[in-house]
Amino acid sequence: MRQVTLIDSKLLGLIINRLCHQLIENHDDFSNTVIIGLQPRGAFLAENIVERLRAIQPKSEIRYGVLDPTFYRDDFRRNDKPLIAQKTEIPFSIEGKHVVFVDDVLYTGRTIRAGLECVMEYGRPASVELLVLIDRRFTRELPIEPKYIGKSVDSYDDQKVKVMWKKDGGEDKVLLLTDITP
Amino acid sequence: MLSVKHLLGIKDLTREDIELIFSQADEFKEVLSRPIKKVPSLRDITVANLFFENSTRTRLSFELAEKRLSADVVNFAASSSSVKKGETLVDTVNNILAMKVDMVVMRHASPGAGIFLSRHINASIVNAGDGTHEHPTQALLDAYSIREKLGSVKGKKIVIVGDITHSRVAISNIYCLQKLGAEVMVCGPTTLIPKHITSLGVKVSHNLREALEWCDVANMLRIQLERQDAGVRYFPTLREYSLQFGLDKKLLDSLSKKIVIMHPGPINRGVEITSDVADSDQSIILDQVENGVAIRMAVIYLLAQRIEKRVN
Repeated sequence: MRQVTLIDSKLLGLIINRLCHQLIENHDDFSNTVIIGLQPRGAFLAENIVERLRAIQPKSEIRYGVLDPTFYRDDFRRNDKPLIAQKTEIPFSIEGKHVVFVDDVLYTGRTIRAGLECVMEYGRPASVELLVLIDRRFTRELPIEPKYIGKSVDSYDDQKVKVMWKKDGGEDKVLLLTDITP
Repeated sequence: MLSVKHLLGIKDLTREDIELIFSQADEFKEVLSRPIKKVPSLRDITVANLFFENSTRTRLSFELAEKRLSADVVNFAASSSSVKKGETLVDTVNNILAMKVDMVVMRHASPGAGIFLSRHINASIVNAGDGTHEHPTQALLDAYSIREKLGSVKGKKIVIVGDITHSRVAISNIYCLQKLGAEVMVCGPTTLIPKHITSLGVKVSHNLREALEWCDVANMLRIQLERQDAGVRYFPTLREYSLQFGLDKKLLDSLSKKIVIMHPGPINRGVEITSDVADSDQSIILDQVENGVAIRMAVIYLLAQRIEKRVN
């Protein structure tokens, strides 16, 4: 497959910065807000966002956890690949909190649905918002829409969007994998 | 994905299988610490717990694991069944499966009962103890508890003390610990250690103090009076066994290092282990019980993924 760079490292830094300021606009000092990265890939973005928020607002206490909604997925025994869970760590109460879900790519919306069901097991949040780096438009299979979007991308089902992170041993960038020649 | 369709014994598992079970058990332990300790994964799976032999802890642990995965559960105890009326094992189980059961958790007094059943019926089978053969989930939770307490199993020295001849826990533990890279010793009176046990690559000792000085972890087994042939005396009296192979606080405190104490339960306090040892801070007996639910959730979750989806 051909690789097209959708977002390079410099642009990614700018986008994360913008998303952080949008979050601050709505959540002020984060005293009643928690940030939850969705496993496996959302955790990298969430870590970057939390680091940036702490740098911008050093006095705010930013609570951050990771959630793996694998046990709540709707494709158990329907998927050829085994569904293996990764670490979940939510070291605070969700009850009455404003929750911000963070994921790298929003595609069908099914992971978010599973995440919504899973997070309710920890308590009743005041609200849940969704932040995504890449919104693949026109591919949704459920009525789920993000509040904060890094970049919207129009793509076909057989194309792939790949988000890479320095922390994962690559370079910070977003690629589109495609067979279509321009 | 696990390399097996059934969990009949640790012997059939690879090290990767065991590590996969452990990694998922870690996540299920987290689930069990949530306000709502339940996940919906197995909503369309029905599990039958068939206990042809008595059990309290294992049956409860399996049932909790199944319910916390949202499976439907039916229980069966031999004492209240048609087995007493002369029905064969395959007939009993096939009748239960006709009611659309996907998975069978079975305890049976005959070694190999699970293996036999797996050849004759079409359901995923979990062996919850088959006679003196294997008790795989016990060995998994034992090794998992060692990993939790000591960081890893690899390179650790574990001694299994007591009635090795009649113990399915011992056999499964030996396979499991060795696959994970531990060194294993068995310790007990000559009469209760199988003659060819060294062919499994374990050390043998008949001196408890010597064994305890060698090990990092001691797994103290119960004397299984119910499995000892009527009329055959393996040791003169329980009191004499206890004097030679029972662990008390005085012996434990006299060792040159702090070892971890385990017991698969049920404990005969004052026989293989005294109360002050069982309740001491070196004992992880209750952690074993707690980990049992997470391990069984992991096993059932992973096996259920291999059950073919019935489309309508």
